[in-house]
Amino acid sequence: METNSPFARTMGFGSERDSEGRLVLTMAFETNKMGRPGFLHGGAIAGMLEAVAFTTLAEALDADDTARIKPINVTVNYLRGGRDAVTHARATIERLGRRVANVEAIAWQDDPENPIAIAQMNLMLQRD
Amino acid sequence: MDNTLPTDEFDPVQLIRMMSGNGHNRLIGVKYNAHGSGWAELRLPYNSALVSDASTGILASGPIFTMMDMATSMSIWLKSGKFQPQATLDLRIDYLRPAEPGKDVFGRGECYHLTRSIAFVRGQAHDGNPDRPIAHVAGTYMFTAGA
Repeated sequence: METNSPFARTMGFGSERDSEGRLVLTMAFETNKMGRPGFLHGGAIAGMLEAVAFTTLAEALDADDTARIKPINVTVNYLRGGRDAVTHARATIERLGRRVANVEAIAWQDDPENPIAIAQMNLMLQRD
Repeated sequence: MDNTLPTDEFDPVQLIRMMSGNGHNRLIGVKYNAHGSGWAELRLPYNSALVSDASTGILASGPIFTMMDMATSMSIWLKSGKFQPQATLDLRIDYLRPAEPGKDVFGRGECYHLTRSIAFVRGQAHDGNPDRPIAHVAGTYMFTAGA
């Protein structure tokens, strides 16, 4: 799932770079991202974490690498409720193997040191 | 929201329809399908605005995660027989295979254990044949009233 996918456009993700050049996705707080009143839906946060993990991995592959990336699983830990503020997300590739990559993604609002959610994701690199 | 709703006034179909008509569930387009004691089944109609890659037409994983979050949430209220505010602690999803483009996805969530403060859930999603699931989920929720 690239950040320019139809789903990413439906979600309205923005993208920027931090001072270290890392991809940071952004998501405005809107009614159509809400779950229980006043809070982001866990699914909207998960979709954002998956998108940033996927795109960060795609960017890390060599330009001539034709591997297709497929999600194997994702575990999302919710640490804080997502409030009425812009949400940011970035991902770190823990291991990039030949067949599988393990990526951690975090989402935060005010401070990346206090994430609202952390995802661990395994992705398959399919080469045929 | 009222967390002391008596059991006899708890209408799961009405609650699910209300929740699916609002917020992120509405954006994704998730619908009520069926429910029983301790489980709820929702339906995610196929929508090209939710695909991960326009060239394949395969649904992104995010909307399936959202549906399973809602289905497992509902299952807790159906297990306890009352509405209680709760927050997702964690949710894991295994993507067994992609959903077939053009097909609706069904997601069933089940609450298999409740304590005073925590609900344990699991669930499956399929695209027409329950014997060929596309995803499995497992997670926990925490009741937030009085927290």
